[in-house]
Amino acid sequence: MTGERTRDGSLEQLKREGRIVVVGASLAGLRAAETMRDKGFTGSLTMIGDEPYEPYDRPPLSKQVLLGNAVADHTALPRRRAIDADWRLGVPATGLDMAARTVRLGNGDEVEYDRLLIATGVRARPWPNPEEAELEGVFVLRTRDDGEGLQRALAAGPRRVLVIGAGFTGSEIASACRERGLNVTVAERGEAPLVGALGAVIGRVAAEMHREHDVDLRTGVMVTALEGDPAGRVRAAHLSDGSSVEADVVVVSLGAQRNTEWLAGSGLGAGPRGIACDAGCRAFDVRGIVTDDIFVAGDVARSPHALFGYQFLSLEHWGNAVAQADTAAHNMLSESADRRPHLWVPAFWSSQFGVNIKSVGVPPMGTEIIVTQGSLSERRFAAVYGYQGRVIAAVTFDNCRWLPFYEHQIESTAPFPPPYSTVDRRPEGNKPVPADFPDPSVPTHGPTITLSGYSPADRKMTFTPGR
Amino acid sequence: MTQALLREIIDYANRANPYPLYEELRKTPVSHDGTGPYVVSTYYEIHSLLHDPRISSDSRNLKATGDDPLGESADDEGAALPPSFLKLDPPDHDRLRRMTNRPFGPPHTPHRVHDMRDELHGLVDGLIDGIATSGDLDRVDLVDQFAYPFPVTVICRLLGVPHEDEPRFHVWAETLAASLDPDPDADPAQRGKGTTDARMELGMYLAGLIEERRKNPGDDMLSQLATADGPDGAMTTMEALSTSALLLIAGHETTVNLITNGMLTLLRHPDVLQRLREEPGLSVPIVEELLRYEPPVQLLPQRTTLSDIEVAGVAIPKGASLWLVLASGNRDPKRFENPDRFDPDRKDIQHLGLGSGIHSCFGAPLARQEAQLALSELARRLVNPRLLEDPPPYRQNAVLRGPRHLPIACDGVLPKAA
Repeated sequence: MTGERTRDGSLEQLKREGRIVVVGASLAGLRAAETMRDKGFTGSLTMIGDEPYEPYDRPPLSKQVLLGNAVADHTALPRRRAIDADWRLGVPATGLDMAARTVRLGNGDEVEYDRLLIATGVRARPWPNPEEAELEGVFVLRTRDDGEGLQRALAAGPRRVLVIGAGFTGSEIASACRERGLNVTVAERGEAPLVGALGAVIGRVAAEMHREHDVDLRTGVMVTALEGDPAGRVRAAHLSDGSSVEADVVVVSLGAQRNTEWLAGSGLGAGPRGIACDAGCRAFDVRGIVTDDIFVAGDVARSPHALFGYQFLSLEHWGNAVAQADTAAHNMLSESADRRPHLWVPAFWSSQFGVNIKSVGVPPMGTEIIVTQGSLSERRFAAVYGYQGRVIAAVTFDNCRWLPFYEHQIESTAPFPPPYSTVDRRPEGNKPVPADFPDPSVPTHGPTITLSGYSPADRKMTFTPGR
Repeated sequence: MTQALLREIIDYANRANPYPLYEELRKTPVSHDGTGPYVVSTYYEIHSLLHDPRISSDSRNLKATGDDPLGESADDEGAALPPSFLKLDPPDHDRLRRMTNRPFGPPHTPHRVHDMRDELHGLVDGLIDGIATSGDLDRVDLVDQFAYPFPVTVICRLLGVPHEDEPRFHVWAETLAASLDPDPDADPAQRGKGTTDARMELGMYLAGLIEERRKNPGDDMLSQLATADGPDGAMTTMEALSTSALLLIAGHETTVNLITNGMLTLLRHPDVLQRLREEPGLSVPIVEELLRYEPPVQLLPQRTTLSDIEVAGVAIPKGASLWLVLASGNRDPKRFENPDRFDPDRKDIQHLGLGSGIHSCFGAPLARQEAQLALSELARRLVNPRLLEDPPPYRQNAVLRGPRHLPIACDGVLPKAA
């Protein structure tokens, strides 16, 4: 009767009458809560979120919402099932007492838990100069309110929009502006858009897309200052090459910061790069010891991935949030032998300038790239990234139906360069070229995938706007 | 052994229920024997091959044709026309499909299929009224009286064939369909000639219509194919011709089978039929489950390897012929719980019925709408329908599998919705 020896009934009791608290009421938090109820959790469930809204979907905010095709408050996430939760919305969590098992809230309340899931995600990195950031017409884009505000500013017909940072969000914003017929300048510190996420070979394709759509794209430059008029409205930006751009809307799109400040001093292994957790989503404390009652999921998590040399990956991907939330929820309600690792292969998509971009794997690990299908110049292609003789990632432009194949190549550590022929192989697909990622020590808009090394104590990532 | 199993699958005697043979086939996920094709029968293997860029749909990549158990009947388009995008690889496939999609679906024409709804409803109403007025409710053939005429008319309307020419279209479609479905007793030479004539006449007719639409374009698809001025330029007349022939043939037979298999399955599951009667919205999950349970296209026999590949531990050489048995993958117990149960309440229903990857069914949104409307209206209006023969007589074709006739009786026909 080993079953009875190992299963002391505490799990059953937890499922029946335990208290589970989820901090972070967005995609990961909601999906985790739904999974817990699916798994028969009947105890109390508290959902804590600093925004006043029920969980909503963020990808449309930089796409349909900016075009005015969808209203920001119609982006609520569809519910898979009822979760019967105690919602504490509009109140941030401000502290954690691991010994007492309580979460402290901004209004002074304390909430006790038996199991805690942290899914506090990220926020937009603000413009580093607070006074300039306060100017009317300066935006970031992360929340529903951001999306609604920016949409209104665009609808008012500004003479020119300046987007600072040409990562995915920045590029999508520029694309939406052009679709609305607005003049737009994009300032990017790297040599091309998307270089941090996809490397310069692909970045150069993205740059052509910008220019072909009459975006005034300025690369290799930084915005050094924003200038306001006497009424406190932004009117111009000064660039590191000595030029300036007159713009009445400025969107700061410099990547994200992880929402971990509230955990400072708690003893949890949380910092600017996220919260370290094991493959089963259990959080590490600062001593490097794994906790048994605190779990992490979504953008704020950093977890080791077996496929990628057990590096700790932090992924700001929609699909990752869903998959990791599901694994975390499962593990929170399982005996240790029944727990599952989070082995999701990173994947993301973007849509800009009429092109559907999708990727699997970890492109920034790639040192070489080969176009296996189609052609960069036609902007319809599939390209594969190689790392130490194996396939590590792939990206497609308007060719996403082939991605499951490349995903499997990554999962099975298939050799690079690919030894096989494919449909639509062109001369440029005969030989790999350097993938041309920027030096990771140079701060840029922040790649979508952060490879953060083995140790939680190494480099910090801070944005420096330069001289 | 494999070859024997393949012959059994092709054998007309097993047409009514090939599923036990597929179950046998799945014991060897990739089976091969002598010079025949490599037959893939399990869900995950089929799914991954449908997304594998080392697989070609262009028969010019096929090495010496080995022993093809299907013989010549697999050639459904005729050598007279250049290959349609169904039988092409990227980039030509992508360009032609993109151009064809421009006047058909999102993002450029998101309303086309939706806007056909009233017209489809009218056609369904009319055909069911026809059953009512035919006078003989003791023997109704749902194929000849409903499932057959409905999709041809829909394609005519979509392409913009003038109403007065529709009867000619029905004749050609029937002749060509018969060529897909050889009657073993008919004289092959006679049949061959009839088919060639029908193809020729259809081609001439479409060519004339395309020329006419170039001069006087309307808002139909043929006009838009003929006068395309998108980023991919215009289709040549031959391209427009092979594309419209593809839409006609590929969109027709499959939809007939989907509707017929649907009514057959519903009549075998009266509880579901009763639910559909009370709840027409159930037609949506019913059609999805049908695409899994009784897919109109049972297998894809036209794929070729461009490299040596390995599938489920089996090495397949470059230039080999692949058969992807969709209908078997749809019943794979490793993928679907209780795969042999018809269950419209199934939550997990990512079937292979419409294929997957770049060649996934082009007309899927239209086919779904046609089948949903047809089944919900038949269920609502036919009073106490019952099968007269079970199994019904099937067509020859093992690939596009479906009943040739579906004889039923019913007690009455309710009036159409006001």
